This record gives sequence, C-alpha cells and structure tokens, in this order.
Amino acid sequence: MILPIAIGALLKILFVPAAEGVEITGAYIFFEIPLPFGGLPITETQVNQWLVMLSLFFLCLYLTHGLKEIPDRKRQHLAEWIVETTEKLVKGNMGEYFADFTPFIGAVLGLSAFSSLLSLTGLFPPTSDLNVTAGWAILVFFLITYYKMKCGPVRYLKSFAEPVPFLAPLNVISEFATPVSMAFRHYGNILSGTVISVLLATALGGLSRLLLGWLPGFLGEIPLFRVGLPAVFSVYFDIFSGCLQAFIFAMLTMLYVAGGFPVEEYMKRQKLKASKKKQIKTLEVI
Amino acid sequence: MLELAIGIILGCCALGAGCAMIAGIGPGIGEGNAVAAACEAIGRQPESKGDVTSTMLMGCAVAETTGLYALVIAILLIFVAPNILVDILLKAVGK
Repeated sequence: MILPIAIGALLKILFVPAAEGVEITGAYIFFEIPLPFGGLPITETQVNQWLVMLSLFFLCLYLTHGLKEIPDRKRQHLAEWIVETTEKLVKGNMGEYFADFTPFIGAVLGLSAFSSLLSLTGLFPPTSDLNVTAGWAILVFFLITYYKMKCGPVRYLKSFAEPVPFLAPLNVISEFATPVSMAFRHYGNILSGTVISVLLATALGGLSRLLLGWLPGFLGEIPLFRVGLPAVFSVYFDIFSGCLQAFIFAMLTMLYVAGGFPVEEYMKRQKLKASKKKQIKTLEVI
Repeated sequence: MLELAIGIILGCCALGAGCAMIAGIGPGIGEGNAVAAACEAIGRQPESKGDVTSTMLMGCAVAETTGLYALVIAILLIFVAPNILVDILLKAVGK
C-alpha cells in the first residue's frame, strides 16, 4: 500500500526540480509521447493518480483478504463497516432503485479523498489539477444525461421547454453549468488549500528571518516559526477540506443522478410495456 | 517604453485579481447565514444534529461555488495571464 507512494516520492526527488521561494506551478511534465495529432504529455498528475489508484487497489485487497463468515479480524470489521456505510448513504439519498450505485459512489469517495490526502505526503495532489476533476465531472454529466434519457429522448428534449419554451436557452446553459461547477468546486478548494499553505510557509519563514535574523551564525537561519504552526492549518486545508470535498462530490453525484431520473414515470412505462407484451403473447396463444 | 507597458500589464493583472476576489464577500455572508440557521435548528432539536450538520456542509459547499469561480479567475490572472499578455505585447512590438 505504501510502496506506490514511496515510488511517487522517489520520482519527485529524482526528476522534479526543487522550488525556490514562493513558487506555485502546475503539474510537472515528465515527458511527452509524440503522436501524429500533437504530443501526449505524461504529467505528475497522471503518475500520482495511478499511484493513488494502485495503493487503493492494494488497500482493498488487504482489507478483503481472508474474509470469514464470523469476522475475527479488525480489518474485516473495517471493510464491512465501509461497505455498509456507503450502502446506507446511497440508499438514503438515491432510493432503492439505485442500490447498484454503491460501488461507483464508494470508488468516487475513496479516490477523491485519497487523491486530496496525497498532499500530506508532500506529493502533488492530483485533484488540484483541473483535468482530473473535469474528467470526473464529465463522467457524472454523462450519467445524469443517461438517466434523464431513460424515459425516451422526446421527454428529455421536452424537459428543456419547461416551464416556458422561451426559457430553453437558459435551461441548456444550466445543464452544462452542472459539470463545470462540480469540477471547479473540487479543483478550487484543493488548489486554494495548496496555495495558502505555500504562502503561509513563506510568510512564516520571512517573519522568523526578520525577528531572529540578528542571531549569530546558523542560529539566525533557523525558520523557528515554521515549526508546527503550518501543521495546524494543514489540518483544515488538507485533511478537512479534502475529505469534505470528496463527500460533497459524491453527494452531488448522487443527488443529480437521482434527481434527474423520474422513477415513477419510468416504472409506469415499464408496466405498460410488460402488459403490452402480455397482450401480444395471449393473442399469439389464441 | 516597453518596460512601462509590461509594468502596466503586470499591475493591471494584480489589480484585476484583487477586484475579482471581492466576490468572496457573498459566500461569506451566505455561509454565515446557513451556519446560523443550522445552529438554531440544532438548538431546537438536538437529536437531529447529524442530519443538520451534513446538510449544512453540503449547502455551504454549494454556496461557496461563486467564491471559487472568483478564486480561479484570480489565480489565472496572477499566474497565467501575465505571461500570455507579455508574449502578445512582444509579438506586436516585433521582438
């Protein structure tokens, strides 16, 4: 589980140049794969995302290894607790029909939370790159549209002309604003945490240089105020904000998907179809 | 002359970023209202604390969106826009 993160740290030490002073840059580009339609850059984001996925995969393997009917290990209790909590969350927010969504929501929660928490190890958190969150948001957008179209494309197109046909352009805009706001929310929160952490660390270093710079020799070089204080802010900006954003992303996914799907009408249509089939069958029998 | 033009670009980018962050006022007030209402609700019905808290966090996150739009614009203005604008200027001058 820890091995992939160690690999990430090693890659960072070997390839990424050290930052000097206040330096806030995007993801470092390791190399570019030449393709006929422009290069495909392999960035720190992609590498770290794969490392997070690998460590999550190994964590899942570890948690579910040697399951027994009567659990006698802590990790099985933990695994069962995780699955049951996610199931309860999904059923409570989306209804019984969407119970199959549990693995997806669990994956979104885990991936998002662990990607944001990767900043605790000093690596570049993949979620502070807009490409990652935008990819997830586009996936959610397709899910929402799929479930809205389940009652037929005609009904989907009609839903734009509500409450008045004159408002259709605004409805289209609000349809596209959903994934955009989801992506920007997640990205902005994690990125602002990173930026504020860097600024705070620099400011504290400058303060200690200002106040203690008159001390002789190496004593004046020690950034005393940097010790401990940034960690307190990191509890909010890295841990709380990261977990909260993961929860909110999963929650919004559930609400949008379940909210866009007219369950009752879908059930009615299914019943109608089933009864029609029955009629045809009885006619054939006769 | 060129230095002056580049200086104006940098200064205006910083000013624009500062102006964009005025949008931080709105989410602040809105989230304050939401938390105040949640506190009242918990005070009235302490047993519903869990539900109220999760709903409040959710609402706060949604209310924060406009502030985050401003933040993204400000970050773009500070870290991305100056380079592009200076490049355009240098190209126009022919250097």
